[in-house]
Amino acid sequence: MHIEELQSIPGIERIGEAPPSWHALCDSEQYFEIATRVAERGGRLVALWAEDRSDREASFALHAAFANQAGLLWLELPLLADASAFPSLAAIFPAAVRMERSVHDLLGLRAENLDDTRPWLRHNAWPAEVFPLRRDFPMAQHYSGLPDNYSFIAVSGEGVHEVPVGPVHAGIIEPGHFRFQVVGEKVLRLEERQGFNHKGIEKHFAGMNLMQGARLVGRVSGDNNVGFALAYAQAVEGLTRTPVPMRAQWLRALLLERERVANHLGDLGALGNDAGLAFGLTQFGRLKELFLRTNAALFGHRYLLDQILPGGVASDLDAAGLARLRNEHETLRAALVPLKNIYDEHAGLQDRFMGTGRVEPALAARLGLMGVAGRASGQAWDLRVQYPAFPYTELDVNMATHRDGDVAARATVRFEEIDESLRLMDEMLTRMPDGEFVTPLLPAPAQAAGIGWVEGWRGEILVWLRSDAAGQVGRCHPHDPSWIIWPAVEYAILGNIIADFPLINKSFNLSYSGPDL
Amino acid sequence: MYRILLQIFRTGFVNEPAPAPDPDMLVLGHQLDAAARRRYGRSLAIRHVDSGSCNLCEQEINALHNPFYNLEGLGFHFVASPRHADLLLVTGPVSRNMEGALRDTYDAMPAPRLVVATGNCARDGGIFGCSYATIGGVDKVLPVDVYIPGCPPDPRTLMQGLLSAVREPGPQAVAEQG
Repeated sequence: MHIEELQSIPGIERIGEAPPSWHALCDSEQYFEIATRVAERGGRLVALWAEDRSDREASFALHAAFANQAGLLWLELPLLADASAFPSLAAIFPAAVRMERSVHDLLGLRAENLDDTRPWLRHNAWPAEVFPLRRDFPMAQHYSGLPDNYSFIAVSGEGVHEVPVGPVHAGIIEPGHFRFQVVGEKVLRLEERQGFNHKGIEKHFAGMNLMQGARLVGRVSGDNNVGFALAYAQAVEGLTRTPVPMRAQWLRALLLERERVANHLGDLGALGNDAGLAFGLTQFGRLKELFLRTNAALFGHRYLLDQILPGGVASDLDAAGLARLRNEHETLRAALVPLKNIYDEHAGLQDRFMGTGRVEPALAARLGLMGVAGRASGQAWDLRVQYPAFPYTELDVNMATHRDGDVAARATVRFEEIDESLRLMDEMLTRMPDGEFVTPLLPAPAQAAGIGWVEGWRGEILVWLRSDAAGQVGRCHPHDPSWIIWPAVEYAILGNIIADFPLINKSFNLSYSGPDL
Repeated sequence: MYRILLQIFRTGFVNEPAPAPDPDMLVLGHQLDAAARRRYGRSLAIRHVDSGSCNLCEQEINALHNPFYNLEGLGFHFVASPRHADLLLVTGPVSRNMEGALRDTYDAMPAPRLVVATGNCARDGGIFGCSYATIGGVDKVLPVDVYIPGCPPDPRTLMQGLLSAVREPGPQAVAEQG
């Protein structure tokens, strides 16, 4: 939706400049109607979550955030305790299905017209009649001996086999379940089941002070901790109206790009390995290790955990550090050239990569994909380009997009993004002004909301936060991009052989812990 | 082919020496007699289970296979099945949704078997503690032989923890066992 159409929504208010964001309270009909219009205009669902508002009035609120041409649109739908059903968006945005199922698991709010009423996060840790994210549910309350009767959709026919994989996997990887229906080697259907990592993170947030919350948000999905911490900081700084020093903002962007590079290096190695080229794993493993060691030396942690805080960053970069980084960028850029050549021209590798795990652009658009997976399938979304927050407003980020949507495309996007991040970081080092690297947070008003929206290395991270009466965290929803992209993996495998699943899955490399919360 | 060989030659050998075991990391160790330690100390099959971690511990465990740490150079390797495993490496606070799978994995391991709780969450639940969703530490579910602290523990600390589980402490013992 463009700005004029957004502004015609009753009660719409502009709540943020960069990225541009809007908020509107609505009723059920408006909620559904606006969501429909967003989809018709080519917009996407970013996140969907709910809130127990019984500290204020005896009710709940359903929240949904959408990406439009004009920016981020946050809709808030108040629900009464005795009329707590809301319209399902599943027919408009397929990614809403799991989010709505989770809203029911945690808060007991029901999505009308949602066909899939199976629980998502609730396995057998709590019974169906209780809802852990409700205020009256004690954090420590736990159950045992409950049954777990989850039904998968099976395919019937001559020679069809059902292959269950996980939650414990062959490799060193997060837990999740994949239920394959195969004929011989060919996959007819894949159904994912997640929630194994559910740690009650949203309930832990309630009552935390704003700085403590930053530590928790970094542990939602550890390899994306910088992106989450940055989005959380944006949300907190927004609601406290704390102005962040310029130098701190440049340093934060540097850390965000460092996280992108480190993960892309690891993924390129793992992709080589999954296709039988162990040489790739060794070479990229070495490059990533050197990169992580620089993180530890200059920023105190190999994965930059706890380095971004509301108000700024945990430490500054001195002249020696800056020189070391410049050197590192140059060395890494040069080191990648022979490796890219080898990958591009290795017949065996390309035979595995090309055409495997394809997500066509039309499907990607229907699923609302963004991030690396989206860009590899022709979905040209990158927050650093379209809705830049400072200092990306000062930089000209080149977006890496491809149309093939296969493993090869997702690998190529990673190569290109590493090069682009190295270029961006060189510019950041040149243009970063002197000054403070952190500032104290201003006191938080009660019941104030803030949103952060960041292009993490996988895709868009959204963090929404509402303060409570004491200016602490009342409700925080940290939203991992993997919520949106996981369903695409169920399509990407179709028609491929089951033995290619590790390669296809790795080409997405989505977070299990992030959406499980 | 030539380019690959050339790149390997140019990269060289970057393997660093392994750390010495730390006797303080070993909490229970009575399951292994000296003969078992001599064998496991040189050839160890490890099964990893993620019981709900944020994934940073997994990143560092995966780093053990990079050429700097070269875990397989110690004779230690990861296996796909618990039935082939000597040691269970557990990360995460043990989410209640993973309790069953964790127990099943341990039960499928033949004796003698060791358990190593990796990272602060595996030690005591870390920032997640004990709640409706997490049990709060591996030792509330399984008998733990070694605790490796850290958020996440870096690869050298991980190696130290693994070595502490199966090798005699002391520098000369490391040299003797190769």
